[in-house]
Amino acid sequence: MGLEFTTSRLADAISWARKFSLFTYPFVTACCGMEFMAVAGPKHDIARFGAEFPRFSPRQADLLMIVGTVTEKMGPVLHRIYEQMAEPKWVIAFGVCASTGGFYQNYNTMPGADQVVPVDVYIPGCPPRPEQVLDALVLLQNRIQRKEGWNQRRILADAGVKKLPVAR
Amino acid sequence: METRKIVLGQKNVADLDEELPTEPMKINMGPSHPAMHGTIRMVLTLDGERVRDADIEMGYMHRCFEKEAEHATFQQIFPYADRLNYVSPMLNNVGWAMAVEKLLGIAKAIPERAEYIRVIVGEMSRISDHLTCVGASAMELGAFTPFLYLIKAREWVWALLEEISGARLTHSYVRIGGVVADMPPGWADKSLDTLKKIEQALDDSEALLTRNRIFRDRMEGVGVSSAEAAIADGWSGPCLRSTGVAYDVRKDAPYSVYDRFEFDVPVGTRGDNYDRYLVRLYEIKQSIRILRQAFAQAPAGEILMPDYRVTLPPKKQVYNTIEGMIAHFKLIMDGIRVPAGEAYSYTEGGNGELGFYVVSDGTGRPFRAHCRAPCYPILQSIPRQINGALVSDIVPTFGMVNYIAGECER
Amino acid sequence: MSAKTLERLKERFGDAVVGTHSQHGDDTAVVARERVREVLSFLRDDPDLLYNFPSDLTCVDYYGREPRFEVVYHLYSLAKKQRVRVKCRVPEEDPTIDSVVSLYPAFNWFEREVWDMYGIKFNGHPDLRRLFMYESFQGHALRKDYPKDKRQPLVRREGQS
Repeated sequence: MGLEFTTSRLADAISWARKFSLFTYPFVTACCGMEFMAVAGPKHDIARFGAEFPRFSPRQADLLMIVGTVTEKMGPVLHRIYEQMAEPKWVIAFGVCASTGGFYQNYNTMPGADQVVPVDVYIPGCPPRPEQVLDALVLLQNRIQRKEGWNQRRILADAGVKKLPVAR
Repeated sequence: METRKIVLGQKNVADLDEELPTEPMKINMGPSHPAMHGTIRMVLTLDGERVRDADIEMGYMHRCFEKEAEHATFQQIFPYADRLNYVSPMLNNVGWAMAVEKLLGIAKAIPERAEYIRVIVGEMSRISDHLTCVGASAMELGAFTPFLYLIKAREWVWALLEEISGARLTHSYVRIGGVVADMPPGWADKSLDTLKKIEQALDDSEALLTRNRIFRDRMEGVGVSSAEAAIADGWSGPCLRSTGVAYDVRKDAPYSVYDRFEFDVPVGTRGDNYDRYLVRLYEIKQSIRILRQAFAQAPAGEILMPDYRVTLPPKKQVYNTIEGMIAHFKLIMDGIRVPAGEAYSYTEGGNGELGFYVVSDGTGRPFRAHCRAPCYPILQSIPRQINGALVSDIVPTFGMVNYIAGECER
Repeated sequence: MSAKTLERLKERFGDAVVGTHSQHGDDTAVVARERVREVLSFLRDDPDLLYNFPSDLTCVDYYGREPRFEVVYHLYSLAKKQRVRVKCRVPEEDPTIDSVVSLYPAFNWFEREVWDMYGIKFNGHPDLRRLFMYESFQGHALRKDYPKDKRQPLVRREGQS
């Protein structure tokens, strides 16, 4: 007991606060946007989980939700928005198009947003049901608590931590 | 040099009127938009708050529908067509099915019950489209409550469509030659009850918006277009009807069984955003009217043409007869053998005239499949409408045009 | 339906109308590409025809056939409630055709799309540049000899292909 106990409890408390107050940046492109609206709507309420406010500036957001197909033309824009977000930040790939390209295999569709940004949680579905999205959000929240997000791990590695948490 | 005398506490009004030199500023709006409108980039040239010029750059949602269509069989294109106008997917499904049926020459041979079901699900999709448009636009102007009411109403419509087709949003329910599944038992009554609830939700939202001072100030007189300019620009659908031109494909060139229903086509007068909002609102009410008549008139019968060169045979025949198995195999592997030729088929989509131009070379895959998106020419003329307007006028104009990226950029 | 249109076109333009057909009820006229502006102007302004609604402009790539491309115009008359399709064959060695933006302003983006996807230049177009694809994209995507899967990525993360 002692300093390590206090700092680790403090770190846990900070993670707890972060996970229950996610400010999403809804990078909405296509059909999944309609399901995103439904998840934010009154029936499947994402506000219950703390992720109510979409922040339409990447500077103020910490969860980048890539909703819908990412095209090659959109790639530089997505990269720029990711870089503009302050750390720690997390990324959810919402829908199969953002995860792997979906059933689009052509000259303009990027095969998944993870070609450009590191993704923490992939949500399959075309479009995914709102219940799936809420499940993914809870999964992400658990990962945030255990510091398993890509960005969090990078921050820990930069701080010199040798044993990085592995996503379960 | 003469020193200017100032007396503290006294305002020299002449100084205040001096014009400061300004120069126009180019700023970028998009492509990641705060509004749920998808991806459009506008490069605006602003003079203070006034828009002097706008250049729209699109292509950020180009998912190559037409290229994919050349490599897929006619039936495999239904999921691609779904994702064109993804807020009213049934209407796109019906449009594509009708285009291929026109090429096959079987447009008159679709079973009547299937035609009625197509109209029913199509009008439900249209209701969902207009609810989303009005709700999202109201939210962008700051009215969050109508958004929640209308999304709640949309959830009811989606629950109905999920029951009949299996999916909430991208249904892939229509087939060439009919529809894939019949109405579940009790669905018709459930739908009629839901229609009453939707009317109630609409009334609630209307009470909050239609006579709201702020809403009217932001929407009236903004984004005005004259009828001649709209026609020359290729507008159709609610936007064209808001300028006073009563062009509705369901009335002017009735397809399917639309000629058996009584419904009105709401037409605006001034061609501004407020008229478009009202036209969409009244169109929802007319769609509800059509739905009630369709449920009352729908006959019993089969829902797929029993022609196994076009539709899949029932599983009992596929597993027990050799002809059924071969028909199934050929339809899945090669696709429907559509005779060589070309056809342009048009229906009333959520945003206007949705056309499919299909060229076939006799095989099971289209040689060329082109979609004429209704909001494509409307988007093109947005710079004309926002020229000289304030930056904050762009938001309601964009919202009421109902630009759907999937359809516009195919 | 609008068979009258096809007759009027044939009597007015004679041999500029290379062929007509009415497959599936769609009246179609294949017209020499040098006369396309005159033909569309006649269709729009003639008091019996009045095709004032620009419905669609697209292109089809008949790979292996000479002339290779076919630019297709769909027009609609709001007053007479009839439709017509006008097609012009464009060869591969000289993929140009006159622009009709001054007649139908709606066709501005349609022509840009055809340039982007097929590489057909429209003479007299005010601003012919790519519409869907980015400027650094090489090739014309909807041509039959452009492979569907050939991506030209702008960005990739380190470690990805």
